[in-house]
Formats: sequence, structure tokens, C-alpha cells
Amino acid sequence: METNYAGETVAVNEDGFLADPSKWTPAIGGAIAVELGVAMSPQHWTAVNTAREEFVGAGASPGLRRLAKKSGMPIKAFYDLFPDGPAKKIARIAGIPKPKSCL
Amino acid sequence: MRRRLGSDWRVAVVDPDVDHLYQPGLLFLPFGGSEKGMVRPRVRTLMRGVDWIRDRVVTVDPATQSIKLEAGDLRYDLLVIASGSRIRPDLTEGLTGKGWRESAFDFYTLDGARALREAMARMRGGRVVVNIVEMPIKCPVAPLEFLFLADEFFTRAGVRSGVELVYATPLDGAFTRPLASRTLGHLLSQKKIRVESEFAASSVDGEAKKLVSYDGRTLDYDLLVSIPTHSGAEFLETSGLGDELAFVPTNKLTLAAKGLANVFVLGDATDLPSSKAGSVAHFQAELLAENLTRLIAGKAPEPTFDGHANCFIETGFGKAMLIDFNYETEPLPGRYPMPGIGPLTLLGESRLNHLGKKAFHWLYWNGLLPARPLPLGARMSMAGKRLAPAGATT
Repeated sequence: METNYAGETVAVNEDGFLADPSKWTPAIGGAIAVELGVAMSPQHWTAVNTAREEFVGAGASPGLRRLAKKSGMPIKAFYDLFPDGPAKKIARIAGIPKPKSCL
Repeated sequence: MRRRLGSDWRVAVVDPDVDHLYQPGLLFLPFGGSEKGMVRPRVRTLMRGVDWIRDRVVTVDPATQSIKLEAGDLRYDLLVIASGSRIRPDLTEGLTGKGWRESAFDFYTLDGARALREAMARMRGGRVVVNIVEMPIKCPVAPLEFLFLADEFFTRAGVRSGVELVYATPLDGAFTRPLASRTLGHLLSQKKIRVESEFAASSVDGEAKKLVSYDGRTLDYDLLVSIPTHSGAEFLETSGLGDELAFVPTNKLTLAAKGLANVFVLGDATDLPSSKAGSVAHFQAELLAENLTRLIAGKAPEPTFDGHANCFIETGFGKAMLIDFNYETEPLPGRYPMPGIGPLTLLGESRLNHLGKKAFHWLYWNGLLPARPLPLGARMSMAGKRLAPAGATT
């Protein structure tokens, strides 16, 4: 499935996550945030950029506990910034895969 | 490894605990289950030729291949970290405060399961909330089993209509894998168990008996059964070898600790996306023993672990399900371990599965721990599995 964000045509999966994280640009992230109804502030970008760094470093999308540790923000802050499923929203805006729950 | 190696190798287990607990049995204690056969002396679980160093690890230093113990030091050529996971109720605000083990309980420890047994016996009505604080947890299906068994327990006590059962989970459904999630979700609704999904617990108010989530939802309870946050062993944190929850970053296929020479990780101590279940540790152990043998022979470890897990799920009233899956393949319906024959049913309820779970207790002590050969492949097999979705029950 393809869609257009910030003038770029990119492939997304059925849940709207970018199929290829390397195609991400901050402009695409910003456009996805608009679609999710998230008004991006510097704190929002800290969360998103930390998630991208973690994805590149660890090869997997981080959960909130890891994001909290790496960014120095408390877990509660992510719920205030990205209500209704912050880990998934952050990953979507960051153009990285939906975080997997460990089972 | 003892069987594989000559007398020029010393094999030692470092463990401060004098007892070995049969953890799968904890699930049954709150419902009046017997404690018979739950604990055996550690010394009886180790084969001859394996040294038991009864001490606690303080730190591990991979650079010098040495371990600091409370009462001395130890050097190793090969290290396997198998220190498991432990519950951390202290990481949730208020959980261990007022009401802990009076109205809020865990059942992942012997003391917790015993205390919960007393409370369950007294319970005649009200709301029972079963809450997974966060993933990962060991035996991820145990909270569901607890709910199914609670449904049976309160039904048999004649008070089920006055007891509300609520499952508050951080997941978006009963289970993460789609087909099993649908099947188990169907069972929950059939048994009138309410699911509160995507519930990330932030705090407990033991005084008011309220469980609060990060997104501001509040659940009142009369009895809270908490599955607290899990973490790895304390020495991993102290040694800087663990992630944010002290689980060791591990190669998902070879079980080598990432970035550390001659260190491997087994069971719950890994950060892998495989289940923290006994079956996983068992399958990993077989494959890791092969890999360590290769390494000792001067060969490279092979990427053999596929994430294979195999769990019984007690569904109540003398029935159980069985699921068999790995990193790539979700739990599918079918037969196990013999394709087409079984006798066990995959992703479907049967009485035989329940008897299998009960028989496992004997097998654990007499087959698994002594490492006797069992007819179960360490790697998952597709034989006997059906790709087309089947009904929820058989």
C-alpha cells in the first residue's frame, strides 16, 4: 500500500507504519503526526528521535521503559504527549516498525 | 555439558538457593492445590560430576573472565548466564504499600501464591482484577489460566454470579499472536471475563483499592492479582550487562551474549522476543549444549535457535489447550507431538491436554531436570499443524 506524506510517495503496511524506515524524513514524520492529531513540540521530537536512535542501535523499536531510560523523560510523559497508545504512535511518527510485545 | 565434556573440564553451577521450586505448580495453589512435590533440594537436581557452588554472584567481569561471589572469586572459560527473571512489585508505585498480600497479591512466588490461596478461600463476592503490569513476564499465558481457573473455582463455590472477573492487560488483546488471541479472546467472553485492554498500570492505591493506568483509567478491585514487572538478576544490573530491565542483550539465533566473548545466555535472562517459559529454556539448553560443544572444538556456534515455545493453557473444568510456536510461526491448530495423531490437541481445548499438563509435573522432575532424552524437537516443526484457522474449541 502506498500513501503520500509531505509530497513523498512511501509504502506503508496495513497499520500505517512505514514499510521502509530508511525512507523516513522529519517532514514525513511531521505529516504522520498531523494525521494522528499530534501537535509536535520539541519534547515530542525528543521522544521520536530517541526512538529512531534506539531502532538504529538495537534493531528493534523500543518500548516505553527503554525510551524513558534513554531520553530521561518519565513514562507518564509519553502518555501525556501521545495519548492512546504512545509506544505505537511514537513508532509510527518515527517511521519504524510497530513495537513487538515479547511473548 | 557434563556428559559431553571430558574430565579436563569442570562444570559448576553457582546458585545460592538450597531449594528448587516447580514454578508451573504455583498456578494451582491459589485454588487450593496441593504443595506436594513443589520443592526439591537443589542438590538432588544436579547430576554427579557437576559442582554446586552455593553462593551469590555479586558481579561478572567478562574482560577478565571472572566472577565475584559473596565469599570468593571464580574464573571461567565459558559462562552461561541462566539467572532467570524475578518479579519486581517495588517498581509499581503503591503496589507493595497498604493492602499488599491482604487485598493485592502475586502468584509468581510461593509466599504470594500461599497468601492468595487464603484470600481466594474467603472471597464470596466482588471484583477480582488480574493485571499484567508490563511485558515481558514469565509464562505469559499464566494470567489467562488464572482467570479460567478462577471462573471454575467461583462457579464450584456457587458464588460466580456475584464475582466479576476483569483482565487488565497492556496488550491490545488476549495474546499477541493473532489466531491465539482470537481463540483465547473468544474463551474469555464465553466465560464472561471482562477484558480491559491496553491498560498500562502506573500505580496502586491500596487504601482505596484502586488500580490506575498511565492514561488515567481507574479500576476498583476487591482482590487484585498482580503480575508485576519482571527484571533480570541484580548482578546483571550491577555488572552493567543488562538492558533497562536487566535482561541480557542476546543473539536470537546463537544465544551468545552480544558483544561479550565466551558468554552465552539461557532462559528468562535473555532479552529475546521468545517466551519466558520453561519449555523455551529447555529447547535452548539442548541447542546451546551443541553450540558450546562446537565452540570447544574450535568451530563457530550455529544459528540454530528458532524461538520455539510450547505451553499448556489450563482453560478450566478439567480442560486445557496446547500451543506450539516460534519467532516466525504463530500458534496454529493441529496435533502434537505426532502429526495427525497427537494425542495432544493444538490451539483447541481437550481433557487430554489437561492430563498432559498434570503429568508434566512428574516429567519435570524425572525427565527434564535429569536431561533424559524426550521425543520433543528443540526446533519447531510444521508437521501436524493446519494453516487454515479452525474453530475455537474441539
